[in-house]
Amino acid sequence: MSALSQRPQRAVVGLPLPHESAALHVTGQALYTDDLVMRTRDVLHAFPVQSPHAHARILSLKVKPAYDVPGVVRVLTGEDVPGVNDAGVKHDEPLFPDEVMFHGHAICWVLAETLEAARLGAAAVEVEYEPLPSLVTVREAIAAGNFQGTGRHLESGDVEGALAAAPHVFSGEFEFAGQEHFYLETNAALALVDEGGQIFVQSSTQHPSETQEIVAHVLGVASHAVTVQCLRMGGGFGGKEMQPHGFAAIAALGATLTGRPVRLRLNRTQDITMTGKRHGFHSEWRAGFDDDGHLVALDATITADGGWSLDLSEPVLARAMCHIDNSYWIPNVRVDGRIARTNKTSQTAFRGFGGPQGMLVVEDLLGRCAPLLGYDPMELRRRNLYQSQHSTPYGMPVRHAERLEACWGEVLERGGIEQRKAEIDAFNATHPDTKRAIAMTPVKFGISFNLTAFNQAGALVHVYKDGSVLINHGGTEMGQGLHTKMLQVAATCLGVPLSRVRLAPTRTDKVPNTSATAASSGADLNGAAIKNACEQIRERLEQVAAGKLGINPKDVRFVDGAVRGLSFGSDTLSWDEVVLAAYFQRVQLWAAGFYRTEGLHWDANAMRGEPFKYFAYGVAAAEVEVDGFTGAYKLRQVDIVHDVGDSLSPLIDLGQIEGGFVQGAGWLTLEDLRWDESDGPHRGRLATQAASTYKLPSFSEMPEVFNVRLLEKAHEDGAVYGSKAVGEPPLMLAFSVREALRQAAAAFGPAGTSVDLPSPATPEAVYWALDRARSNSDSRSHSHSHSHSREFVGSEGR
Amino acid sequence: MSTPQTLRAAAVKVNGKDTRLDGVPVHTTLLDWLRDRGLTGAKEGCAEGECGACSVLVARPGIDSPTEWTAVNACLLPAAALDGQEIITSEGLGSPAELHPVQEEMAVRGGSQCGFCTPGFVCSMAAEYYRPARTPCAGDHEHGPNGFDLHALSGNLCRCTGYRPIRDAAYALGVPEENDALAARRSSPPPAAAATRLSFDGAEFLRPASLDDVLGLLAERPDARIVAGSTDVGVEVNLRGVRAPLVVAVDRLAELREFEVGTDEIRIGAALTLSELERLLDGRVPLLGQLFPQFASRLIRNGATIGGNLGTGSPIGDTPPALLALDASLVLASHRGERVVALSDYFTGYRETLKAPDELIRAVLIPLPLASMTAFHKIAKRRFDDISSVAVGYAVEVADGVVSQARIGLGGVAATPLRAHATEDALIGKPWTEVSVREAAAVMASEGTPMDDHRASASYRSAMLGQSLLRFYAQQLSPEGVSA
Repeated sequence: MSALSQRPQRAVVGLPLPHESAALHVTGQALYTDDLVMRTRDVLHAFPVQSPHAHARILSLKVKPAYDVPGVVRVLTGEDVPGVNDAGVKHDEPLFPDEVMFHGHAICWVLAETLEAARLGAAAVEVEYEPLPSLVTVREAIAAGNFQGTGRHLESGDVEGALAAAPHVFSGEFEFAGQEHFYLETNAALALVDEGGQIFVQSSTQHPSETQEIVAHVLGVASHAVTVQCLRMGGGFGGKEMQPHGFAAIAALGATLTGRPVRLRLNRTQDITMTGKRHGFHSEWRAGFDDDGHLVALDATITADGGWSLDLSEPVLARAMCHIDNSYWIPNVRVDGRIARTNKTSQTAFRGFGGPQGMLVVEDLLGRCAPLLGYDPMELRRRNLYQSQHSTPYGMPVRHAERLEACWGEVLERGGIEQRKAEIDAFNATHPDTKRAIAMTPVKFGISFNLTAFNQAGALVHVYKDGSVLINHGGTEMGQGLHTKMLQVAATCLGVPLSRVRLAPTRTDKVPNTSATAASSGADLNGAAIKNACEQIRERLEQVAAGKLGINPKDVRFVDGAVRGLSFGSDTLSWDEVVLAAYFQRVQLWAAGFYRTEGLHWDANAMRGEPFKYFAYGVAAAEVEVDGFTGAYKLRQVDIVHDVGDSLSPLIDLGQIEGGFVQGAGWLTLEDLRWDESDGPHRGRLATQAASTYKLPSFSEMPEVFNVRLLEKAHEDGAVYGSKAVGEPPLMLAFSVREALRQAAAAFGPAGTSVDLPSPATPEAVYWALDRARSNSDSRSHSHSHSHSREFVGSEGR
Repeated sequence: MSTPQTLRAAAVKVNGKDTRLDGVPVHTTLLDWLRDRGLTGAKEGCAEGECGACSVLVARPGIDSPTEWTAVNACLLPAAALDGQEIITSEGLGSPAELHPVQEEMAVRGGSQCGFCTPGFVCSMAAEYYRPARTPCAGDHEHGPNGFDLHALSGNLCRCTGYRPIRDAAYALGVPEENDALAARRSSPPPAAAATRLSFDGAEFLRPASLDDVLGLLAERPDARIVAGSTDVGVEVNLRGVRAPLVVAVDRLAELREFEVGTDEIRIGAALTLSELERLLDGRVPLLGQLFPQFASRLIRNGATIGGNLGTGSPIGDTPPALLALDASLVLASHRGERVVALSDYFTGYRETLKAPDELIRAVLIPLPLASMTAFHKIAKRRFDDISSVAVGYAVEVADGVVSQARIGLGGVAATPLRAHATEDALIGKPWTEVSVREAAAVMASEGTPMDDHRASASYRSAMLGQSLLRFYAQQLSPEGVSA
């Protein structure tokens, strides 16, 4: 067991604790960025002018009419930028564009005494456009050959040879939709100028350091002139990894130009129409199976719909390609990946970061092929699970692959799956208009940033003379419970009660050069950094205590606020007195901690290496009931076993698993991004741009029975206190819902019906799927789905 | 006409403290007003009454007790509409040192993750906690053993938890303690509706004291914007920037809140909220009983009135298809007098109706007896809190195996709600059998002129019409055999 993963006795990590801010949340006293406005004097409010075209050149911009609106103080345009007019890290995202690249693109911003005046001022701005041809769908971009960034190629084994030899070869095409983050708190920033030209920005950001860097380069100042603080976010999910930077920069620019605090908070429609989303993808594939149902070869071309600029599309694509195998051993693989450029919002990180999209390709493929191969989909999936001797297509050994089998077996047993399958068969036999189905799907998800450099973190731990502890780290809190875990890590390492430790908000003048709180890595990286800082302090205090106790420093133990020797008869000192004694001995009572993940290497060009510290595993079974009249469905039961290592905080981890699952189910079944793809006047406009039209899962989508268990005996040697990351992997457990819907739709047709199911599988999509299945068994006519038709070439069995 | 005199200063009692309302723009929402006063617990998540992050409690006239704590969307109500009223926010329920029982359960069970939706959930949950008629029951998929009705939370969205811990918190709630001040408050009357006149920057908000005052005002100012629950007007204000020069609140007028079950008809005051109506009818009109839980969310139903749902003239309102099937008519009132119009004549075009600019819907009349076979079908993406792509109301009578009467109301398939006359004709006089129902279903699939939009394709809407009739038939044969 490594020093990093080893837990002391009576550890505070591992206790099921509620969120550290729970009491503040429930009483409305937890502060979010926009709650600070009323606590700040003389605030100006910002409102954007948004493009009504998907693609157009700006011929003229007349801002003078805005100044005629009472209350308008300043209109910000590109001419005001003292530094670089860019909001991204790829330098392809002008903060104030000359050419609008998507419907809703912000052209300029109006600052006013009230939000109402800013809104009216924005409406008064006159913009003359020259509309330009636009590409709205990924298919249009592929047809036009309009790609951006670097395409990637991943290959292992002999794909052509394996396909030629395979007794069953299928090919298919599958295009699937993205997802709006719909964090409940929209993007917000509040900027003010401190003395000496120092800029202070409160931002709802997952990546304060990068927000700081963008603000600095827009203002043309060095990073040390800008401080960014994030108290907490009302949800992030990846949507605040890159998107907040430009908004923070606008607020900061306004503050420097007016000398007054500037508040920028997007309303929901602005947030949905201006910020990036989960990438939709297009895929084409060929797959070969042997006679035993083993997937022996996969050849796929996947195209991410990147939107108008690169943003994080390249690493998203890399992760998608690295997860196209999901949990399955495929000896011969070739994947070509590319990024389409379309006139839409610039798609970005979203929980899973391409992983879900890669996995969806293989899960869809297995779901479609199983009936054609004559296999129960559950059996087909189980047969293809990785075993411990296997490596991934990019050459990384699948360590702990046996946990897949362990999770699978536990779900099978605890979920009573075999018996329920029999019950479902009986139910379906007697219910012509209602069908049920159960599906099981696995998850294997690589943990670490694909880009090795991001796998570092810092922390700052202070112990005050009274023994109280203040910790600070580079991670941000967005609801995932990171701060709760960090408090537990510090309390465990210092051996003090949790109540002695307090956490200060994340800000860039405490810990510099931080990585985004992303890639599920927040607890792994920051936890290890905090542990490192605490260990430095503890080692110094061991010396002090050893002197007072007259024992060897190595024998000093810190437990529950008491400091004592190893032996039974040892004297006991209180933590507080050791701390105070240390102060008088002039011992440093604070420390900066640092951590870098060891053992990672990745050749991005060759797409080979070991980019991940470890894999997180899980298995889910979902049972659905589908109404044959409407395609409406219910999620009757979900059983999950998920591997979080030795949990740092079980209640938090449970919440991540359940919440991730439901969010994934929303992506796959309900949430519907509808862009205007017509040639009409609103081409490129997002039609589902409000909560009334873009539907998230609500209480009615919660599984009626929801059983989640953490895999036992799951110690992870490579991570802090033996734990594993949990933020993203559970989202992909929701494939089980989609596959169950496919199987229920198939149950309306004769045995062996292969169902082609669009994503999202809305009630309408399910209706058309089951209607097609049904018309296989009788001669009733059927209509065609509104959604994209998909070609499916049947078995080329020979 | 007489106008209300404001002798007292307009004010709202917020968390027990009188807070002045003057100097506030007329369109200012209750949410913005609260936040401007430092009560930032309530949040804006959507500004259209869909997410519930802004939920607060209002002391409203009750049915089971003099006052009931009612959860509403603060983002939709104009602050001026709360003049003289009492509200409680998450900050007023409890503090971190002294959590309210609802807050305690939410906190310890992992009911909050990012916490942004949490104050709203807490308020919606507290309203159900204090519901006088909540008593322990067997429980089912939508009710806890403590009688907690999950529909109370149907208007609150959470993006983090997946809802299970929130449900568990709700189902773990006990009953209020003896010394619970909010529980005690229920046994005395709610604040009376305050006659209000507020003006700001040329715009005015009026709450007249009587119907005659309103009708007189409408005669003079047909441009006046009538507001009851503000669940539609509030969206126009927030999302479309509509700023009416004159807003007239009518939701508390006694003349609009009548409820009478006679021998020939049921008379429903137009300003009764959907929530009140659900409880007043208490299952007496099974068709409406099926409709209510599917109508938006509890938060919306607590504000939305039946008159408002008809007044907008929307083709996708949920009550018109049901009321068309029930053969309802409307009482329209103006200073010129009253008239009764059949609902089937009322809708004249897209968001256009027979109602003259100076008229107000006073009541809805439902003739008795009711048909013996009725149903309401709503096709939507989401089961709770969604807008229908297709809605169908049925009222069918079968005598000696033959359809003697059939009224079918449709929503979402044309510019107005409409009756499926061709389908009705295809059913009446035919035997109530699968064969004739299938023939009628084919007719029904071609009713209306459905469109493609983001909710559904035209072909799905048409298919759903035909399928709906088949489903109605199947439900009548075997209620358990068909998915709800």
